[in-house]
Amino acid sequence: MDISKEKLEWIYTTMYRIRRFEETMLEQTFKGNSMGVTHPSDGQEAPPTGICAHLTDKDWIGSTHRGHGHCIAKGLDTSAMMAEIMGKATGQCGGKGGSMHIADFSKGMLGANAIVGASIPLAVGAALTAKYKGIENESVGVSFFGDGASSQGVLHESMNLAAVWKLPVIFACENNGYAEATPAWYAVSTDDIASRAEGYGMPGVVVDGMDVFAVYDAAGEAIARARAGEGPTFLELKTYRYHGHFHADDTKKYRKPDEEEFYQQKDPLKHFEKTVTKQKLMTAKKLKSIRDDIEQEMLDAVEFGLNSPMPDASSLYEDVYVNYSNPIPGLR
Amino acid sequence: MTTSQANNPLGPGYDNVAGSVKRFRDVFRDTLRAEMIRDEDVFLMGEDISGGFDRDTKEPLDAWGGPFAATKGLVQEFGPERIRDAPISEAGFVGAAIGSALTGLRPVVDLMYFDFVTVAFDQLLSNAAKSRYMFGGQTRVPLTLFARSGAGTGHAAQHSESFYSMLAHIPGLKVVVPSDPYSVKGLLAAAIRDDDPVFLVNDKKLINLDGFVPDEDYVIELGKGRYLRRGSDVTLVGMSYTSVACQKAADQLAEIGVDAEVIDMMSLSPFDEDILIESVQKTNNVVIVDEDTPRASMASEFAAVIADKAFDHLDGPIKRVTAPHAPVPYNRDLENAFMPQPEDVVGTVKNLLGRE
Ligand SMILES: Cc1ncc(C[n+]2csc(CCOP(=O)(O)OP(=O)(O)O)c2C)c(N)n1
Ligand SMILES: [Mg+2]
Repeated sequence: MDISKEKLEWIYTTMYRIRRFEETMLEQTFKGNSMGVTHPSDGQEAPPTGICAHLTDKDWIGSTHRGHGHCIAKGLDTSAMMAEIMGKATGQCGGKGGSMHIADFSKGMLGANAIVGASIPLAVGAALTAKYKGIENESVGVSFFGDGASSQGVLHESMNLAAVWKLPVIFACENNGYAEATPAWYAVSTDDIASRAEGYGMPGVVVDGMDVFAVYDAAGEAIARARAGEGPTFLELKTYRYHGHFHADDTKKYRKPDEEEFYQQKDPLKHFEKTVTKQKLMTAKKLKSIRDDIEQEMLDAVEFGLNSPMPDASSLYEDVYVNYSNPIPGLR
Repeated sequence: MTTSQANNPLGPGYDNVAGSVKRFRDVFRDTLRAEMIRDEDVFLMGEDISGGFDRDTKEPLDAWGGPFAATKGLVQEFGPERIRDAPISEAGFVGAAIGSALTGLRPVVDLMYFDFVTVAFDQLLSNAAKSRYMFGGQTRVPLTLFARSGAGTGHAAQHSESFYSMLAHIPGLKVVVPSDPYSVKGLLAAAIRDDDPVFLVNDKKLINLDGFVPDEDYVIELGKGRYLRRGSDVTLVGMSYTSVACQKAADQLAEIGVDAEVIDMMSLSPFDEDILIESVQKTNNVVIVDEDTPRASMASEFAAVIADKAFDHLDGPIKRVTAPHAPVPYNRDLENAFMPQPEDVVGTVKNLLGRE
């Protein structure tokens, strides 16, 4: 296997961190400590991890309502994320964004986005900046979106733009089989969404999105192409969300148990553990010590969130504009 | 039960009307159902309104009963042709709905959250609203759209908007805002039967509220407001959920001896100028309450009409209680401060009337 030891450790740490962040975040949501709706991404750890393994803080990603995994893979701080979900002043966006709007511009994270499809052209724009400045080799754009979002016109416009302008973009479609309760086989007119790439003149690759090694390899090729100035690639990552569409959604109403079991068998973490121990790339002891560190990190994140202060009342009026402060508060 | 036994949503003067107390959500669905039975050309489309499909039988599952359970049970009754589940393509399916309306059908579109209207905005503005006029009156667009607006549920900036003023700005489009089970029944039925495009904006905070609904089939004339309460000291003008806030404020004001009149606008375009003027002529004071942001808003528009046509009757400035000029924040305390609260209305009235 052509992955360094450090990279393997990073991959496992990142996937386990995503898994445990989502589980911890759900626990906190059910305890009433989240201030709003949350969309867990456990089960889908491999796509953000396998892709972001090739990125640095100078590369940009766009994300979705199901964005915690993307944030974590791009290196965001889990305490600041947890505090954001709890609506606290110390949160990643000062408590004003919440779960669906976590962003960190210092880490190349353009923000989770609650309008389905809306973040796709932002990653295209980040790639445009890179091309404009002549730094494609060190700054590419990756757009994460779902099977549901693939029906939005803005994706198709973005794909054509990226191909016409030969921009360093990766369209990373996380096909988890469902948009809310609606199955992809109903809402998408083709078996493989990646097959649409051909029509826009870019490579389209179908990838097993439960296998982080497969994602890592496919993403590596696509990102190398982008960095070399060869333009966009479309990756379709077939994956599965373990939990409901949002925290309170019951999947039993629209998914069958055998299907859920099938994907549990392909669990990305178990697959990783089996592969690296069999090939003697990592020891069981090392894997456990990574998990233990993450358990502590989650306890710390929750404590940080719970003990953090609320935002100042005045922040309601701040940052509407850069240089035009508090134009009109509520008329009362 | 009759209106004299129930809290009377029809306003003063309507006694002994037979009906019962129902939940907003149920009345919404029952009205859709009644309109679909009434007219075979009426059909519904929207994302997830079939709630998924069985992998093996391909039968609709109705897992969620549609967004906000507004269409629960309808796909079983009317089938997937008339309860048409749409991929996430708002510009495409709103445009297709307009095309079907231009050619003889009466589409009803569930846009889920009101914020998503912007994805389909060009179709609404350039096609739905203008076709009749620019084609010299040859055609009509009997299209109904509905979606959920409003802050207060922790959905943050992109799922909490109340910018119905943007729709009311468009000539050719009608905009209605129910505020209780009574008004949603009458306005939704009127919207579906109307031959122009009508957008019904439904604040999320109303969905689980109960209220008295007459048994009979009725429509509420588009463009008409109503009195929810008669009073002589000040007029409180509400729309959508702020009509509920105004009623609460009026109760609090009564405790300190202020007799408030409450108007529920119900329609934003066209809207009822007469009721505004009539009430202000009597109370000589007015406070307009709106959860939309204040610039170029319905609150501003109502204030302009009152200033123009009832100026001589005013004892003080026209006051507006609105959201700030800002997106909706996530944090609960900030979100509560964003929304006009009954206490804000009471405070504004006290200032206006010089009471402490
Ligand atoms: C423009 C728009 N339409 C509809 C929605 C409501 N909505 C939120 S998530 C979602 C499903 C998205 O499915 P997919 O893209 O497959 O992402 P997943 O939830 O599976 O991660 C829908 C319809 C929205 N947020 N924005
Ligand atoms: Mg999906």
